[in-house]
Amino acid sequence: MSGQGAIFIRGAAGALIVAGLAVPVAFGMWHSLGASFGYFPAIGATRLSFEAWQGLVALPGLWRAAATGLFAGLLSTAISVMLAFAVLAVFHGRLRHGTFSRILTPLLAAPHAAIAIGMVFVIAPSGWIARMLAPLVGWAYPPDIPTVGDPWALALVLALVVKELPFVVLILLGSMTQIPVRQHMATGRSLGYGRAACWLWLVFPQLWPLIRLPVLVVLAFAISVVDMAMIIGPSNPPTLAVMVARLFADPNVDAILPASAGGVLQLVLVGVGFAALLGAQILVRQLGRLVLRCGLRLRWLDKVLSLPAALAVGVVLLAGLGLMSLLIWSVSFVWRWPDLWPASLSMRAWRGAAESWQGAAGTSLLVAVCSTAIALLVAIVWLESGDRTGRGGTSIWLQFAIYLPLLMPQISFLIGLGGMTLQSGLFSPLALVVWGHWLFVFPYVMIALADPWGALDPRLERTAAALGAGPWRRFVRVKLPALLTPICTAAAVGFSVSIAQYLPTLFLGGGRIVTLTTEAVALSSGSDRRVAAVHATLQAVLPLLVFVLMFAIPATLHRNRRALRGGFSK
Amino acid sequence: MSLQLDRLTVTRPNGEAMFAPLTLTVETGCIASVMGPSGMGKSTLLAAIGGHLAPGFRTQGHVLLTGRDVTHLPAEKRGVGIMFQEAVLFPHLSVADNLAFGLSARVRGRAARRAAVEAALGQAGLDGMGQRDPATLSGGQRARAALMRTLLSQPCAILLDEPFSSLDPELRQDIRAFVFDSIRRAQIPALLVTHDVKDAEASGGGLIGLAPAAATSAGRA
Repeated sequence: MSGQGAIFIRGAAGALIVAGLAVPVAFGMWHSLGASFGYFPAIGATRLSFEAWQGLVALPGLWRAAATGLFAGLLSTAISVMLAFAVLAVFHGRLRHGTFSRILTPLLAAPHAAIAIGMVFVIAPSGWIARMLAPLVGWAYPPDIPTVGDPWALALVLALVVKELPFVVLILLGSMTQIPVRQHMATGRSLGYGRAACWLWLVFPQLWPLIRLPVLVVLAFAISVVDMAMIIGPSNPPTLAVMVARLFADPNVDAILPASAGGVLQLVLVGVGFAALLGAQILVRQLGRLVLRCGLRLRWLDKVLSLPAALAVGVVLLAGLGLMSLLIWSVSFVWRWPDLWPASLSMRAWRGAAESWQGAAGTSLLVAVCSTAIALLVAIVWLESGDRTGRGGTSIWLQFAIYLPLLMPQISFLIGLGGMTLQSGLFSPLALVVWGHWLFVFPYVMIALADPWGALDPRLERTAAALGAGPWRRFVRVKLPALLTPICTAAAVGFSVSIAQYLPTLFLGGGRIVTLTTEAVALSSGSDRRVAAVHATLQAVLPLLVFVLMFAIPATLHRNRRALRGGFSK
Repeated sequence: MSLQLDRLTVTRPNGEAMFAPLTLTVETGCIASVMGPSGMGKSTLLAAIGGHLAPGFRTQGHVLLTGRDVTHLPAEKRGVGIMFQEAVLFPHLSVADNLAFGLSARVRGRAARRAAVEAALGQAGLDGMGQRDPATLSGGQRARAALMRTLLSQPCAILLDEPFSSLDPELRQDIRAFVFDSIRRAQIPALLVTHDVKDAEASGGGLIGLAPAAATSAGRA
């Protein structure tokens, strides 16, 4: 391919990313904003007014719902970051490399809905923990304590922490390679500071700027999460995001106007969350400096820090317990209170719901494979054309484009997008859902692939060129094999992101596309735990299988190539 | 104050010793030098004395500070300052805050602490540079600031891990003189590892060659 051709392909890929991702997200948001002020021509609303906002404000419990969502998001993010920090401060340098990712990958792969349903099975009044306590406390019946769906959303906070903690740990671990941690620790300790104090004063302040953006993504997600909040969050009122999602699903078409106003309010809420986090950052930094200048060695912190580290281990154990309970509930037949184990097992739930889960699993697989394949293709075309035009790496506008759908609350722009596409009827619901998943799969695939791609030794390609290999041959025979491990990892990440999507399926599919996730969420409020467990188990197992597969492919193909195997994630 | 090593050696995770057991005494204000080709374990020796060995590596023998056995204490309780090849200034803190981080907590009160930091900056020829970003300092300035930070922590001994090798030749002599003078004035025993015989000569202390594991090496500084 000539230089001209490469420039053309890069332009095309860039245009696709902008036109397919950034523009629709911005347009969806714009449309939500218009609808919130009464402008929605498709349903005949063209007169600007405040009626949508008045309708929203008139909803009972609106402000409490907004406050609860913000509170749950901020608290869960703060806890996740602090626990992740404690885990690394205590275990870094003591655990072998790769141990973290091996333990955390199943949790990272498990979709939010599956985690939430698993947590319900564990912490509900009739759940595993209560069953363990029953003989000790003497509960003849499940206790009357609101351990899930509590009005403070503490159960939701716990479920969010379970899901986000592994992500934050892996992000921290990845950014630590950019800092000479060992040397700074040694210097700090030689000055008399304990391990924990060195982390607090030296390592964390340097890591924070590197992880701030991903933490903002976590925060935006936590404030706006819908599926988890429906399953384990408060119900009367629910969080704002759930309230808005219900309005959107209202059969009355006009409900989309207050729903859009709710979507805009959700965006404001995330903005408030960001401001709170960044404000806290300034406050902590100033306070930290004042304390640091006192020169206190804080060696007692080492013992204190083992408490949150133990808590984090507890959270991981809880998550494991939750995922196990999904499987056990799905094959249980008779499971009486307060038995710890079902009295009899049966595949009845699997057989009875076969039609439901087979269809949903097929759709989930189809959507995940399509959206991941397109995302991988676009990412590889973008990165490779960047190499050929000598503009490697990610540019600022691309960073902006891929973080836009992650930093904006899904619900805020999906309402606008869903409203537009539903009325237009130009595309099939399935195609729209694939595209809707791609909006979130592509950023994660790009984030997973860009760094290893940029880190590939450029001498490999130059050597191949010197041996007479043309650009395509170099790409197919040298670069793709050398990058097989990160490509497989990116594919697994993309697949699990797609399987976990709830809102894009619901809002863009117009209720006609049923995936494991939408089924699991719908069934979680139903009467039969077993059928919900069947769907949630599949939902958790599919991404895990893909992770294992994507680990096995390079491990097998490169079994005699030590330099290419690398780690699982990095 | 004194730094004593008593038949000190380090074993690798596979159990084999890295160098011959080392016995030496460094008296207060003296600077002893350990020489040896690279890969002999000079930096590992300092890591063992300072308490910074990587997991799996083990210390045999004893490290005594003014008669106190610190061999099995964690690094932060030994009071052994260390200076690396690249002067490690913390990049997120100003130069003054780097020094304040080192300054012993025994110096109390904001005014007193600020005065101590200002005085140290003055000694290092860094007057008025306290608010600077450490990344804007020259190599020599960084080395002087790092030494001052170590001295402010009032250590019982100082380890110097080839601290001059990354400096320009013309600067090297100045910094060397500054470091050695400061350590002598502070009356602290110091151990220098280097592969430059001029460093060892300038230190004016004893010179010990690190021997391979089979032999024995001993000296008195």
